[in-house]
Amino acid sequence: MAIQVTPTMPGPNAEASQRDLRVRIRKSFGGSFTLDAGFTAPPGITMLFGASGAGKTTLLDCIAGLQHADSGLISSGDHVFFDSSTGANLRTARRRVGYVFQTLALFPHLSAADNVAYGLAQTPSGDRSRRVAEILQRFRVSHAAGRRPSQISGGERQRVALARALVIAPSVLLLDEPLSALDAATKSHIMDDLRAWNEAAPIPILYVTHSREEVFALGDRAIFLEQGKVLAEGTPHEVLSAPRQEAAAQLAGFENIFDARVIGLHESQGTMTCEVGNSGVHLEAPLGRIHKGEAVRLGIRAGDILLASRQPEGLSARNVLEGTIASLTRRDVTVIAEIDCGVRVTVHLTPGAQQSLGIAPGARVWLVIKTYSCHLLRK
Amino acid sequence: MNLQALTLTIKLAVIVSAVLLVLGLPIAYWVTFSRLRWKFLVEAVVALPLVLPPTVLGYYLLVAFGSQSALGRAYQSLTGHSLAFTFSGLVIGSLLYSLPFAVQPIVASFAAVDPKLIAASQTLGAGGWKTFWRVILPLSRPGVVTGAVLSFAHTVGEFGVVLMIGGNIPGVTRTISIDIYDQVQSANYSQAGQTALALLLFSFVVLSLVYGLNRRAWVAWPSK
Repeated sequence: MAIQVTPTMPGPNAEASQRDLRVRIRKSFGGSFTLDAGFTAPPGITMLFGASGAGKTTLLDCIAGLQHADSGLISSGDHVFFDSSTGANLRTARRRVGYVFQTLALFPHLSAADNVAYGLAQTPSGDRSRRVAEILQRFRVSHAAGRRPSQISGGERQRVALARALVIAPSVLLLDEPLSALDAATKSHIMDDLRAWNEAAPIPILYVTHSREEVFALGDRAIFLEQGKVLAEGTPHEVLSAPRQEAAAQLAGFENIFDARVIGLHESQGTMTCEVGNSGVHLEAPLGRIHKGEAVRLGIRAGDILLASRQPEGLSARNVLEGTIASLTRRDVTVIAEIDCGVRVTVHLTPGAQQSLGIAPGARVWLVIKTYSCHLLRK
Repeated sequence: MNLQALTLTIKLAVIVSAVLLVLGLPIAYWVTFSRLRWKFLVEAVVALPLVLPPTVLGYYLLVAFGSQSALGRAYQSLTGHSLAFTFSGLVIGSLLYSLPFAVQPIVASFAAVDPKLIAASQTLGAGGWKTFWRVILPLSRPGVVTGAVLSFAHTVGEFGVVLMIGGNIPGVTRTISIDIYDQVQSANYSQAGQTALALLLFSFVVLSLVYGLNRRAWVAWPSK
């Protein structure tokens, strides 16, 4: 069922695979919905991506032991959490899984420091307060230590929740849309701190989101879940741009995704020029908060691109690319044109438009792309 | 004013509310978190004293205390006397009669604890016992206090069950409500009035203190 986009995903390195989270479970909810998912998450951030109702939270709950799968296997390295073939099923308290809930679930009657210390009940008190102080500092919330969750800001609560989940040195970290309520700047600062922490303690982090921007911005890898099934896994780029993954591409909304480099900023016009790969293809895109020379990722919807059979003139659109048609495929009422213009570009047009243009594979065409159709996917 | 009846009543109410707190917590925990299908039967039994007239409860208790029942015979062979018309019998009757007043507020407050907090406690390595003491109970404090106060107040105000199983023995089973009834029966209105006023003031002060101290509930999220 699942299509492996990248054939060898778990690293060849044995040290890494000892920390891998392996999940292969099945859980049926009556006849209406079945979670049937299998994947391996190596150390680093894996985005678990899908629409609401795809089974993302159920999957996390099964890993944490808060819900029970009907059958399958869940293990972290050689630590087996659940194995229906042997009847093994560890209690949540014994799985050592860090879990940050969507609502954070901080204990409202305890201070930030006591929330963080909660999981260290077995640790001697001197050692415990040292570890609490250390992780609060690491996540930059030392100043909030004595305050209750209701007395600190949303971003601080988020940081305290992360610190609480991580201070127990979990073997896996589960994040259920934890940053969805925060603004982009706060979010990216928190993620930087989480990444720094993860470099020192390389464990698999599963990050649930339904936002494609987050998948690109935050993840090393991505798993695309739909209707309880893993439809694709690989790098975010592969999962969201793989042409076979129609559902993924549709949800991502961008049939064309290009890695590019900023080669010129035109602040007075609010635009910038980007070179796609080393192809020599230049695209003008809206200005982001970005520096010259920085790598960016551009997404362009196939339906946003105009096709011309003669070189167009007198256009407002800034991007006109010349290319040849590599293939034309008709699917229902959409003609999907693959065009080679130094890079491969997918364009959707109607059968009528194809006829009136009179184009066929091999024909010379011009692509017209408005500046504002080029979406910046990574800041 | 009959001071003996007043101290007897307070002694009874303190014992009953203390025992009900100890019994009520596990019962409430079980009622709230058990997934057994026939749980509703236990809930119904706990709530029975709310609908039954005290005379019905008193009647069954008398039967149970009597030598016809195994319980009554066992108690009699152990202590040499019957439970009926004793202070211990009064405690047992009051426990049953006030049970729902202790259990129901505690169940309501246990059920109001966000299940995600319980899940978070488990992921942080805490078992059921620790989760109960460190998360569920502190967050349920208002309900637990309310349960204790209501069972105390309900025992103070009890009349029918006491009359049925305790009779009217001064210093043993003559509680303040019985005493007032007695005074009125013998047309001793000023005595009755004094005792009634003392009980009224005492109850008001206790309830005000408890509700006053119980006002600060934890706020999970700041209002936006």
